[in-house]
Amino acid sequence: MKTIYMDNAATTRVDDEVLKEMIPYFTEKYGNASSMHFFGQEAKSALEKSRKIIAKEIGAKSEEIIFTSGGTEANNLTLKGLFFWNKENETGKNHIITTRIEHDCILNTCKWLERQGAQITFIDVDAEGFVNLKELENAITDKTIVVSVIHGNNEIGTIQDLEAIGKICKKKGTLFHTDACQSFTKTTLDVKKQNLDLVTLNAHKIHGPKGVGALYIREGIKIVPLFHGGGHERKIRSGTENVSSVVGFGKAIEVANKKDIEKMIVMRNKIIDGILKIPNTRLNGAAPLTETKKGLFNKAPEEKRLCNNVNISFNNIEGESIGGYLETFGICTSTGSACASHSLESSHVLKSIGLTPVQANSTLRISISKYTTEEEVNFLLEKLPQVVDKLRKMSPIA
Amino acid sequence: MSTITYSKKVLKEFTNPKNMGEIKSPDGVGKVGNPACGYIMQIHIKVDKNKSGKEILKDIKFKTFGCAAAIATSSMITQLAKGKTLDEAEKITRNDVAESLEGLPPVKMHCSNLASDALKKAIEDYRKKKKLKKIIPAVTAASSVVVMGK
Ligand SMILES: Cc1ncc(COP(=O)(O)O)c(C=O)c1O
Ligand code: FES
Repeated sequence: MKTIYMDNAATTRVDDEVLKEMIPYFTEKYGNASSMHFFGQEAKSALEKSRKIIAKEIGAKSEEIIFTSGGTEANNLTLKGLFFWNKENETGKNHIITTRIEHDCILNTCKWLERQGAQITFIDVDAEGFVNLKELENAITDKTIVVSVIHGNNEIGTIQDLEAIGKICKKKGTLFHTDACQSFTKTTLDVKKQNLDLVTLNAHKIHGPKGVGALYIREGIKIVPLFHGGGHERKIRSGTENVSSVVGFGKAIEVANKKDIEKMIVMRNKIIDGILKIPNTRLNGAAPLTETKKGLFNKAPEEKRLCNNVNISFNNIEGESIGGYLETFGICTSTGSACASHSLESSHVLKSIGLTPVQANSTLRISISKYTTEEEVNFLLEKLPQVVDKLRKMSPIA
Repeated sequence: MSTITYSKKVLKEFTNPKNMGEIKSPDGVGKVGNPACGYIMQIHIKVDKNKSGKEILKDIKFKTFGCAAAIATSSMITQLAKGKTLDEAEKITRNDVAESLEGLPPVKMHCSNLASDALKKAIEDYRKKKKLKKIIPAVTAASSVVVMGK
């Protein structure tokens, strides 16, 4: 059976060009970037080349980019690093503002920091998943260290208005961090325009390798490291750099392009329109840009939904079951259902946009990539109504 | 989000459930909801007497709104119970269901609760109706959703 991968929000296939670029750094150019000799300098210059690519992509300076082991580490470094710097320097600041729709690595870091004496405010979102800007502005006090807001949401695809939030943070004089793992290369990310002080990035959502990411830290911002050691990465992140992966990260950014984004937008819209034809379904997250003309990417500021995200609730049937039946046809998706995870708690993101636990458990996430084909989309749109029909016949709720 | 791994047997029952549906004018109906996840399972039974005059489950059908494990346990319990005497069927536990499915992940054990409870309710419902019928013939008691405790 052919398998169809539609879980690209979880991770993506490594691009062939990315892999090709990485391989020499395992077998030929395997030096430690801290070594003075030829091998070391070769690794160092590869590292710096990627750093430059990343910096340019978000409008930053190379020196402002720190490599990490991924998005989770960059988010941990941001919140813990800032909180403990303030604690160590007795600034009296201990307040962190974030939202109700963050990735677990922000949420759980905040919960842990609460036990270390931090004060956390979780800002509500509206029915489409947009942060309440008034509430956010009112939450900022003179004790606030940072406002951390996810850019493109991993579950419902909503893209926040970073520029508007950035303006508020600037006005109030607090730091602004965004977790841009899902949105990176897919929509506008500009540290100057959006007044960003810290940005979390990773490679495996953009056809790069897993286990590598970066944190942009604006020049002048003080932060305590998570790892102590040889003082790599401007003493902020010790540990021998993962050169091959960093090289892959840089290449992944280079191969990302507008045409692929436009292709995804068109396919995403086709999937959404197709699924919403099934009765008693609803789209979760921001309404997509519906035009399917060329030049869609240039409308990026207007697009409020990730180009690869579809999230739909189906009345009276359960997400894990839908996903399970789709898998019998080789189609791999993901669910907002708690029942597919180790905890029975249903998705906090879906709850915060107003879904009941049962509705949240009746949700399917389909996330495409540049490798998704028209054929695969047609196959999904052929099979999904059958699956829904079968499960609804099985459901005791009319 | 860490995901769950099911046994081959669970996946088989989930993708090919047996005895799915409803019975026209059932002798007993059991409907159970689970507060933990909001899922609902319904069991219909048809009762008959065997040669030695004991009441047996002649037919049994389920309908389930729930996760893959809930569907698999529904299918499994109908197969375990079919043909059994009412007394035997009532004794089927959630562990019997889980064992027949080659095990369930710990967080999914409550799904098999749904199955054993729905069956018990259906048998209870049948017995209640039988008692009532003795007093007033032709009573059809509608059964309501009973939310079970944790
Ligand atoms: C929004 C978001 N933040 C952070 C992460 C974690 O990144 P990583 O897997 O690189 O640790 C992910 C994906 O897993 C994500 O989607
Ligand atoms: S019935 Fe609750 S998770 Fe299966």
